[in-house]
Amino acid sequence: MIVFDQVQKSYQVAGRAIPALHPTSMTIETGEVFGIVGHSGAGKSTLVRLINLLEPATGGRILIDDEDITRYSAAELRAFRRKVGMIFQHFNLLSSKTVADNVAFPMRLAGIYSKADIRSRVEELLARVSLSDHANKYPSQLSGGQKQRVGIARALACRPTILLCDEATSALDPQTTQSVLRLLGDINKELGLTIVLITHEMDVVRRVCDRVAVMDAGRVVEMGSVSDVFLHPQHPTTRDFVFESENVDRDDLQQDLQKAEGRILRLTFKGDATYKPLLGGVARESGVDFSILSGRIDHIKDTPYGQLTLSLVGGDLDIAMQALQAADVHVEVVR
Amino acid sequence: MEVLMENLMGNVDWLEIGWASWDTLVMVGLSLLFSVLIGLPVGVLLFLFGKRQLLEQPVAYAVLSFVVNVLRSVPFIILLIVMIPFTVLLIGTSLGVAGAIPPLVAGGAPFFARLVETSLREVDRGIIEATQAMGANVRQIILGALLPEALPGIIAGITVTAITLVSYAAMSGVIGGGGLGDLAIRFGYQRFQTDVMVITVALLVIFVQVLQMVGDRLVLYFSRK
Repeated sequence: MIVFDQVQKSYQVAGRAIPALHPTSMTIETGEVFGIVGHSGAGKSTLVRLINLLEPATGGRILIDDEDITRYSAAELRAFRRKVGMIFQHFNLLSSKTVADNVAFPMRLAGIYSKADIRSRVEELLARVSLSDHANKYPSQLSGGQKQRVGIARALACRPTILLCDEATSALDPQTTQSVLRLLGDINKELGLTIVLITHEMDVVRRVCDRVAVMDAGRVVEMGSVSDVFLHPQHPTTRDFVFESENVDRDDLQQDLQKAEGRILRLTFKGDATYKPLLGGVARESGVDFSILSGRIDHIKDTPYGQLTLSLVGGDLDIAMQALQAADVHVEVVR
Repeated sequence: MEVLMENLMGNVDWLEIGWASWDTLVMVGLSLLFSVLIGLPVGVLLFLFGKRQLLEQPVAYAVLSFVVNVLRSVPFIILLIVMIPFTVLLIGTSLGVAGAIPPLVAGGAPFFARLVETSLREVDRGIIEATQAMGANVRQIILGALLPEALPGIIAGITVTAITLVSYAAMSGVIGGGGLGDLAIRFGYQRFQTDVMVITVALLVIFVQVLQMVGDRLVLYFSRK
């Protein structure tokens, strides 16, 4: 468990303290995939680097499994860092070492593993990330997705309990992003390790995270389960992110809404409700006619969800609303 | 043909040329060795003490940087003369091959240190960060990540230093340093033996070309980017 207790970080610039992270308290549970989204400069990079103290905190306590890591000596901190894997946007592999040597590097640094241990662990990890055939290549001979998989294998070498991902998919194309995210999800399940992932793409959060914190200007402005934050965003920054990820043009949507007749409702449903043939039944019972103005059926991690914007004309609107709510559909009256 | 050679190169004593070439090789080789042995750690320290680096030490950096700059800003011909008392103290003579080596190292080591500092700065900061995140200490970061990553740049630096030392070594002929430079000055310049001058210059050109070629090959071999 990672606990932030009033943690803050500021930089000294020309004698003045510039805050990068305002006092923040939060808890990341063991075994969950925790996402941190924010625009560049929002402080998410700082936040993730506080977890392994690559950035020293300027205030507050950071408890990892009940130990305050801000009180660690330099040697204790180095030992602690071996239990925290980290992967990076630009992979940060050593260009002078082969794939196998890159993966072995953290084990060699630790100085507590035998040569045979290292060799078998490297083989096992490269097989896990499907790179066994590339063991003797140099990073420059690999594609971006392969490099990130080397990064993941390297991060897992010393069997960490926490994996930090710093924009790990931002330099990858959509397809490669998907395969890397799937790998991270699988690793999370297989090894039960806690993953803290920062990104500026809500889509990444939607695919792999259990919970998410949204950051803006050095503060966590919203935090909760991904489905709550995603489907019912409260803070303007969160709404921006959700809109961006849905690829909806706000002006177009406004125009569509203006042209539509009658009542406009926004329906949100998740889980089993997604598969139920609901709308037809409601229309028959209440006598309303509906047309779909916009809609999206997708998954949040493993949970299916849907979001529809409807315009309703005629019939008994109250009966329709009741029927929808009875079927576990969240109804928001837009107009 | 023989007559032609006799007329063109009448002053050339090939045995003398051979010994002078050997002396130049020894001077460059030994001074390069010491320049690297001294310049490499100094360059690493310059890098580490620099702004926003691992062991940021503004005062130590300023002092070290000042010493390096002083040695580098004195023209080598002056350095040769200024160093004479120190050289005598160190090895008993300021003449010959041995006497030339201390001033050559005094010129070569700070030059190489700056090249090492520059090539270390070119290593991606992300690699240092990743190595730190693995729990490495400063020594491990330097030996395990920084130096291997900067190796091609450092080898290129050794090549440039070696070539600079060839010309410095030739200059040391002025204070009786020995080698091809000494030959060129004593015979080519002072006795107007143009043929000796031509031969020594040609040999120096070949020497530099070979050094550059070997250096480039090594850089290529160690570059994995």
